[in-house]
Amino acid sequence: MRFGVLALLALALAACGGDGGGSGDGTLTIYSGREEELVGPLIEKFEQASGTNVEVRYGDSAELAATIAEEGDNSPADVFFAQDPGSLGAVEERGQLAPLDESVLERVPERFRSADGRWVGTSGRVRVIAYNTEELSENEVPDSVLDLTDPKWKGKIGFPPTNASFQAFVTAMRLSAGDEKTRQWLEGIKANDPKLYERNTPVVEAVAAGEILLGLVNHYYLYLVKEENPDAAVANHYLNADDPGALVSVAGAGILDSADSKEEAADFIDYLLSEEGQQFYVDQAEEAEYPLIDGIEPKEGLPPLDSIPGPQLDLTRFGTELERTLELLNEVGFTT
Amino acid sequence: MSAAGGSRPPALLAGVGIAVVALLGLPLVYLVVRAVEGDAWDVLLSENLAHLIWDTGVLVVVVTATGLALGVPLAWLVVRTDLPGRTVWATLAALPLVIPSYVAALVLLAAFGPRGLLQKLLEPLGVDRVPEIYGLLGAWLALTLSTYPFVFLLAASALRSLDPALEEAARGLGRSPLETFRRVTLPVLRPALGAGALLVALYVLSDFGAVSLMQYDSLTRAIFLQYRSLFDRAPAAVLSLVLVALSGLILVLELRMRGRALARYGRAGTGVARRPRVVALGGWRWPALGFCSLAVGLGLVVPIAVLCYWAVRAFTRVEPVDWSWGPVAGSVGVSLVAAAVTVAATLPIAILAVRFPRGWTLALERLSYAGNALPGIVIALSLVFFAANYATPIYQTTALLVFAYVVRFFPQALAGSHSALVRVSPRLEEAARGLGRRPVSVFARITAPLLAPGLLTGAALVFLSTMKELPATLLLRPIGFETLATEIWKYTAVAAYSRAALPALVLIAVSAPIVYLLGVRSGSEVETPG
Repeated sequence: MRFGVLALLALALAACGGDGGGSGDGTLTIYSGREEELVGPLIEKFEQASGTNVEVRYGDSAELAATIAEEGDNSPADVFFAQDPGSLGAVEERGQLAPLDESVLERVPERFRSADGRWVGTSGRVRVIAYNTEELSENEVPDSVLDLTDPKWKGKIGFPPTNASFQAFVTAMRLSAGDEKTRQWLEGIKANDPKLYERNTPVVEAVAAGEILLGLVNHYYLYLVKEENPDAAVANHYLNADDPGALVSVAGAGILDSADSKEEAADFIDYLLSEEGQQFYVDQAEEAEYPLIDGIEPKEGLPPLDSIPGPQLDLTRFGTELERTLELLNEVGFTT
Repeated sequence: MSAAGGSRPPALLAGVGIAVVALLGLPLVYLVVRAVEGDAWDVLLSENLAHLIWDTGVLVVVVTATGLALGVPLAWLVVRTDLPGRTVWATLAALPLVIPSYVAALVLLAAFGPRGLLQKLLEPLGVDRVPEIYGLLGAWLALTLSTYPFVFLLAASALRSLDPALEEAARGLGRSPLETFRRVTLPVLRPALGAGALLVALYVLSDFGAVSLMQYDSLTRAIFLQYRSLFDRAPAAVLSLVLVALSGLILVLELRMRGRALARYGRAGTGVARRPRVVALGGWRWPALGFCSLAVGLGLVVPIAVLCYWAVRAFTRVEPVDWSWGPVAGSVGVSLVAAAVTVAATLPIAILAVRFPRGWTLALERLSYAGNALPGIVIALSLVFFAANYATPIYQTTALLVFAYVVRFFPQALAGSHSALVRVSPRLEEAARGLGRRPVSVFARITAPLLAPGLLTGAALVFLSTMKELPATLLLRPIGFETLATEIWKYTAVAAYSRAALPALVLIAVSAPIVYLLGVRSGSEVETPG
């Protein structure tokens, strides 16, 4: 018995022995809030193309933003690759992002990058209504989120009120349609007895299972759910181009001001916005985000980005507007 | 380890104990710094806070009560009765502890969601949807199933070390079996039950996985929302301090209820340890087996069944399932080290509290629990802050990761060490010293064997908790260091449940023999005389 425990311990120490080294010279350290399953292959392609040694710490975007804040100038990260403008904005606001090269910035439309030029969108996502294809045909699905207050959808709508992308969608509505109209809409939805979920994927899964019929989500979750279960009874319906709910948002990246490997970091962002880097979003099965640079058409079946102008909003503003959005969600009773 | 109950504790021991508690207090220091600096005290005045505290309290009470109601009878059945297959039940009943609560919640939703697998089974009978389990019901179920093993393991360990003479005396005096259990067995078990209930309550306070998926409003969820949508660490720190205050309240309550339990139940006699009388269940065997099946069925069989259902989907795909043993070695290795280090770190605190009970040593022991109600992310960020700025060489090394586990799971090991020490009478050691044995030899021959079951129970708890730990692992691990928990997360994050199922099943399978070795076999072994 005593021997058994000792043997286990010896085994354990042996297993823990080999530590990965820290960030040395020429090694690029990326903090990625984007999932390994989605961007892992992209980062590998960059490694092969550039010959740079890359280390990636994967995590939740907001948690990594908080980590970078705690680390301060000692952050081992060179690049922050994040899921949403909010996380990037939070790091930028603390003065921890370095300015990006103009030649890189200008490849992306102005509304998809920071006004200060310290982070840049690398792929786009569009708000859609996911619907159950067994119960509904596409023409029955509303073209505007404003129609979702119709009592016929009572108990049949779902969304994730605490999720950053849903909150950005409400911010977009506030900025384009005004606070009062947004409040009325939220109250109308509330009266329709919606089902609330934690994240986007459970919403799409609930739609597919028939737990609800309509879900307010970003377009690309459909592809993840389909990848897991090709028979899932769910599809995306794109909103009217001028709908206040048709927000286009981005995932993006920035370089840490304290980075040791600034050159490699710049190469990485340059790669993300290169033709090869953007083509990745077209070729990769699970990764159905929109490429953002000119001349690359999105994956088949996705309507072109310029056909969904959505509310023309500066994403940098969203950080400062979030507090009012949360107040509103709170007042209506969607969050606490 | 020196004996002598009434004397002052040796300075070295006291110094080490205070140093350990000081290190455990780092997250609290961090929270106070953030809260003061950010000046976000107005969070305390919001009307939502009262509502959050109430909801959190309700969840803590119902889960703790159910945990006791499940854990105590299970422990009694596997230790004291002739229940068929009791070592197997003992291992199976402890295993749900290794299932991360977010996986437990995912699995419960997949099985019992409105249109889950249960509904699919019932569809031929015309069942269109089953009742909702979101909210309190789901959170209660998921958390109860992942925490009752705390009570079960500690109660089983205490029952094994119970001096049968106590019960026999009561029976000899004409008490009925039920009365003997109530008047003799239960009071002796009280410290272990208190410790188990405490671990359950603190776990519920700190859990995020289950409450988020089940959409239940708890304080932890509010803390996460502060980080996730507002990127504001100050209100999150204030809310975390509220959580610490709540755990303080629970610690005081538990101490009150423990009451007389500080009195010694150590074996008064010499080494005549022997197995207590085995209770013949007779016709009660069937309801007893039914009870065990219910707990193990919901806590282990349902998760494994759903995971297998998902895993089969992965294997029927065209694309190959990629598998590496790296995460298995990473999980098992780091968890064993964490278990050993944590148990070692609890010894000075437990010795001080048990052998030198006085105001400050007891306070020290209580203080070591203070940070345990904090969610993993808060502990992780506090260590990021201290290590990145003041201990750069150890930042993002396995050493710091192990330290994070010690901070998170310290009370689990302490519960084992404390109850082990309570049961070792200093008089035994004195006698051995009197017979001319040197202190080292006394420790090796007398103290250690008597302590072993308790310490190993604590080690088993820490091991299982570390196996499934996610938030601190994600932020503090060396880049490239993978565990089964991070693998599961990698796949669930993109809804790839079929690929998440495999590491989850391996997590359970790898833990099973270790639970058996540490928690079950070691406990029964010590009962044999010698």
